[in-house]
Amino acid sequence: MTRKQKRLGLIGLAGLVLGSAVGLVLYGLSSSVTYFQSPSDIAEQQVEVGQRIRLGGLVEDDSLDKSRGSVILFRVTDQAEAIPVSYKGILPDLFREGQGIIAEGHMNEKGVFIADTVLAKHDESYMPKEVYETLKEDGHWMEEDQAASAEQSIKVN
Amino acid sequence: MIIELGHYALILALVVAAVQSVFPVWGAVNSDHRLMGMAPGLAVLMFLLTCVAFAALTWAYLNSDFSLLNTYQNSHSDKPLVYKISGVWGNHEGSILLWVLILVLFGALVAVFSRNIPQRLRAATLGAQGWVSFAFLLFVIVASNPFTRISPAPLQGSGLNPMLQDVGLAIHPPILYIGYVGFSIVFAFAAAALILGKLDAAWARWVRPWILVSWIFLTLGIAMGSYWAYYELGWGGWWFWDPVENASFMPWLTGTALLHSAIVMERRDALKVWTVFLALLTFSLSLLGTFLVRSGVLTSVHAFAVDPARGLFILAILLIFVGGSLTLFAWRAPLLRQGGLFAPISREGSLVLNNLFLTTACAAVFVGTLYPLVLEAFSGDKISVGAPFFNLTFGPIMVPVLILMPFGQLLAWKRGDAWGVAQRLTSAFVIAMLATVGLIWFMGVSTTSIMTALGFGLAFWAIFGSLWEIIERSQLFKIGFGRSMARIKGFAPTVWSTVLGHAGLGITVLGIVTTMAFESERVEVMRPGDTLEQNGYNVTYEKSWTQNGPNYQEMVSQYTLRKGGNVVGIMEPSKRAYNASGMPMSETSIATFGFSQVYFATGDSDENGGIVTRIYFKPLITLIWIGTLLMSLGGCIALFDRRLRVGAPVSARKRKGVAGSVATATPTPAE
Repeated sequence: MTRKQKRLGLIGLAGLVLGSAVGLVLYGLSSSVTYFQSPSDIAEQQVEVGQRIRLGGLVEDDSLDKSRGSVILFRVTDQAEAIPVSYKGILPDLFREGQGIIAEGHMNEKGVFIADTVLAKHDESYMPKEVYETLKEDGHWMEEDQAASAEQSIKVN
Repeated sequence: MIIELGHYALILALVVAAVQSVFPVWGAVNSDHRLMGMAPGLAVLMFLLTCVAFAALTWAYLNSDFSLLNTYQNSHSDKPLVYKISGVWGNHEGSILLWVLILVLFGALVAVFSRNIPQRLRAATLGAQGWVSFAFLLFVIVASNPFTRISPAPLQGSGLNPMLQDVGLAIHPPILYIGYVGFSIVFAFAAAALILGKLDAAWARWVRPWILVSWIFLTLGIAMGSYWAYYELGWGGWWFWDPVENASFMPWLTGTALLHSAIVMERRDALKVWTVFLALLTFSLSLLGTFLVRSGVLTSVHAFAVDPARGLFILAILLIFVGGSLTLFAWRAPLLRQGGLFAPISREGSLVLNNLFLTTACAAVFVGTLYPLVLEAFSGDKISVGAPFFNLTFGPIMVPVLILMPFGQLLAWKRGDAWGVAQRLTSAFVIAMLATVGLIWFMGVSTTSIMTALGFGLAFWAIFGSLWEIIERSQLFKIGFGRSMARIKGFAPTVWSTVLGHAGLGITVLGIVTTMAFESERVEVMRPGDTLEQNGYNVTYEKSWTQNGPNYQEMVSQYTLRKGGNVVGIMEPSKRAYNASGMPMSETSIATFGFSQVYFATGDSDENGGIVTRIYFKPLITLIWIGTLLMSLGGCIALFDRRLRVGAPVSARKRKGVAGSVATATPTPAE
């Protein structure tokens, strides 16, 4: 093989590998990403049963039902709509009513969101960004955290 | 006073960085020996000054000096000593200061240990390291200053996030940073080569130890982070394809590619421009990772504070260095003498393939990590790209890497014999096939079983294909055990490092495949005396009680784990409430049997004294981390390769002469 042929071969091979990778990535992005939805989004538009989504919002007050053993029921709300959620497992340590969470899973035929993962905040001053922004857009966000941090910053020299 | 001293030292370090950024490089370009001679002293001075700053902050933590905003927000006087020390970097400002400390440490190490490299290269490298140091010192002082005071000083601090109150915080960040930031010196070497327009095999020899050190620590840091997340988060997961994990994984992929391409450059004087490009790319990805993790664009336990100004500052540093280095590359790379081409079927040919696949895999991870951010910025759609995407894209790209790895290891330099190597690998292939067929027979034919079995076969192929080099070189089954052992003792370190690195990867893959295919979990509400059966284990919930820890109260639940009637473990997962913040935190309890683990986590208790119990059975899961330890060990052995410590390239003829007197061989100064 001449130098030129070798170089062409290498470029061809690199093109082939990169081409296949681009194909895989495009297919992956079209088929296996999860969209974030608020309860209102779900109420407005039909979400296909079984389609994987992330549901974000606040845990509705007085909606947490732990009476069924390891299956936990609660409702996620954005103050306009509320979606019932069923989750089997251990809730995150900082899961509480009135707090922002993200649940990942799918809707079933009865309009119940079957979650396989529930994410809450990592520490006291954290709110999932998606939830925060959606609530803020809809005007349901109470600026209590900011009020608290303003109070704190007065002390800051 | 001590705080002000630290603050002052930090500002002095910035000034030193400014001097180091300009004069040594100027001297290197204009061959001014006095200016070049400044570089090592400045690098060491900058390190000492940063040490003073870091020590001052540590002092504030040890003495619970809450007149510092940073300690007030992140510490508490009741915290155990180990978390007072590690708490120094358990927050945004402190972690960036640790980043800078390691950055200047690498500069000082080059100043002290690279005496045998040419003065011009050393001065230009330290100068380029000075640019990075200057940028980050400026960031610390202007936007992320840990020495901000508050008045009046509060009596008590707010405490450290309980999730970070773990021995993992003492180990994971420093190790990961050494890896992450270590690539800065590789970047500086590449920038220096571009500035000086001189790039040869010797350059690769000088840079390779630094690549190795960074790579070893990055590997350990990622593995450590993975194990920490596994036992701390209580979900039993060991890798989440979380953007924060990807941020460290991307430089690892290109760093691994760099590790291999530098070998080609050193041995064959080829792939030179590509190696320099990889060096720039790897550190750019480290910077990108720092931006993703520390700027607050992602929400995670790693993003301590969401402050847009800081995010923008790091983004500016990122853009300046990526843009600047690419411009430098585009401008200067054409001046570098191209290396030779080579036969496609050869060791170097296989290393080119390794590089091709690793960088492609990195690109796939890159797209998956950044696409959600870009999409949200442009369309407002919020999506999450998780495990399904990465399994679909990253997985298939790594398959050819694993298939080709044993071939590459056995192929000769210059011109290899693919068919000959294939024949030599027959035994490994047979073992892999037996594993595949055996597993399908065991599991029954189904799509899952075939996929799992192929994964198994691939892992066995990678492990035994890599080990084959040992068997072959020692002629283990041919010349008798004793003589083979004598041969094994005489192996060059590179043989061991390659075998361990490659077999380690195979072992990690084996752990991943087994865990993914055979793990199981059980979630039940259990009352005292309740028993359940799963996977041949018998679990009884005994009792629970509350007890006090140093800065928390915890409720411990006790379970007895039995197998075949014998007690094999007393499991005590707990739920803690931290005094400072009142924040609850679950602690898992893990029992290890061979390479497998049983993992307990508890949830809330209900009114009737029942407690939600989650039990995971994780077969062979520890192999995932054992494999990474072996890979790192391989890297460590490579560090002891004599050739890396010899200054000048030695021709094959000369090396033979030297080989007879290894003991007396002294490093020869270059140029």
